[in-house]
Amino acid sequence: MSFLDSLISGISLGSVYAIIALGYTMVYGIAKMLNFAHGDVIMVGAYICFFAATRFNLPPLVGILVAVLLCTVLGITIEKLAYAPLRSAPSLAVLITAIGVSYFLQNAALLLWSPNPKVFPNFFLTHAADGTEQTGLELGSLRVSYVTLVTIVVCVVIMAVLTFFINNGKLGKAMRAVSEDKDAARLMGINVNTTISVTFAIGSGLAAIAGVLYMSAYPTLVPTTGSMPGIKAFTAAVFGGIGSIPGAFLGGLLLGVIEIFAKAYISTQLSDAVVFAVLIIVLLVKPTGLLGKQIREKV
Amino acid sequence: MAELLKVDDINVYYGAIHAIKGVSFHVDEGEIVTLIGANGAGKSTTLQTVSGLLRSKTGSITFDGQSISGVPAHRLVERGLAQVPEGRRVFLQMTVEENLEMGAYTQPNANTPASLERVYVQFPRLKERRKQIAGTLSGGEQQMLAMGRALMSKPKLLMLDEPSMGLAPILVEQIFQIIRDLHKAGTTILLVEQNAQMALSVANRAYVLETGKITLSGTGDELILSDEVRKAYLGG
Repeated sequence: MSFLDSLISGISLGSVYAIIALGYTMVYGIAKMLNFAHGDVIMVGAYICFFAATRFNLPPLVGILVAVLLCTVLGITIEKLAYAPLRSAPSLAVLITAIGVSYFLQNAALLLWSPNPKVFPNFFLTHAADGTEQTGLELGSLRVSYVTLVTIVVCVVIMAVLTFFINNGKLGKAMRAVSEDKDAARLMGINVNTTISVTFAIGSGLAAIAGVLYMSAYPTLVPTTGSMPGIKAFTAAVFGGIGSIPGAFLGGLLLGVIEIFAKAYISTQLSDAVVFAVLIIVLLVKPTGLLGKQIREKV
Repeated sequence: MAELLKVDDINVYYGAIHAIKGVSFHVDEGEIVTLIGANGAGKSTTLQTVSGLLRSKTGSITFDGQSISGVPAHRLVERGLAQVPEGRRVFLQMTVEENLEMGAYTQPNANTPASLERVYVQFPRLKERRKQIAGTLSGGEQQMLAMGRALMSKPKLLMLDEPSMGLAPILVEQIFQIIRDLHKAGTTILLVEQNAQMALSVANRAYVLETGKITLSGTGDELILSDEVRKAYLGG
């Protein structure tokens, strides 16, 4: 692979990480919890989309919409059933519950859909005049797949829409208020529980989109599919500064690029080690992550 | 005058600690009522119970003719209850104007520009700093912002928790002048203060809280002259 090839696939992989990292970072910002089941929502979204396309023969776009919708419902349900009762519990209890939910989702998938790998279909094709399938564009010596292009575009669009919503929408501003000070937000008339539900809904809907994009690039679908991109995206969120939306974007992109470059130029086996080594170095130098805000202790 | 707020025999616990012991008081429409008392007497706990952030185990709270015991805090704003919390608690990472918009969260969006204008007339300083991040304001400006934010919902009752806390004397004077102005403009106010001197000077009526109980009540002038209050809170 050339340098440019690597860079583009790095940005594409990083875009997927960024979309997933948004879910981690928004939930952390607002509910002050690490939702370790987030990665498994990706897997559920991918399965839903897989069955929508292969068993029910729905058009890809409809399949993706169904996956987004069901994952949104799943995210709200998880929050209401598992996390909401623990609102005033110690954070360790919430963390352990999140890990429990993660195992629950993986095992439920194992029961429902068996451990046999499914091959995720490639939705992003065009047909040439002679009827052969095209999976990408040739630009001179550079070959870019449609999946890569779509992933990058989708990520940029999501980031722009979300940033606008958080900065300018009434609900978005309320989310920022809740993330700063829950009691003060309540005194403004903001329903904190609804705001948290909306956050989980957005994060889980995005996870479904990320699931479809990730599976389109790495098409082997098994019940544990979500854990690795989940952990990488969590790393990306911490890398960029957890709680920060631009941080999730930057962290995701950098992580993806570092991972692909490490694969290309250092070693395929060691690429993850390189990624985490970079994370450790960043956190040593800047413990709040690249764009993280200084945490002020309240007096 | 009509009774706007009636608190009857509330008891509040923090775990095993009995913080509020059978407190009862009322605020009539158009009044400024103050709760004074030492640090830890239960003043803020009482306010937070009224605003729904804390729950009373017994008794009842009636606001504007309806029981509000057990109504969550976020449902009380639309009914006309607004609280300026202790320590101001403005949203430090949001701009001044965004903070004010949050105060109007329960109001129809169309009313926000008019409410903003009203608050900016009351607090010209906030208008100058509307695009500034609230965390960069001085303590006095943050207190003004917290009060302006509460006024955005056009409350029937404005509850102020220690508005003078941590402010320089000249700013305390300013804040109390604003309280007088708001009262003159028709806002009913429930004021919690450690600065008993200032609080009693603006209040129509006052209650003294000591370790979770009301030990004295009367008009502001009565209490300012009372020996007990002078000894305990006014330095002789």
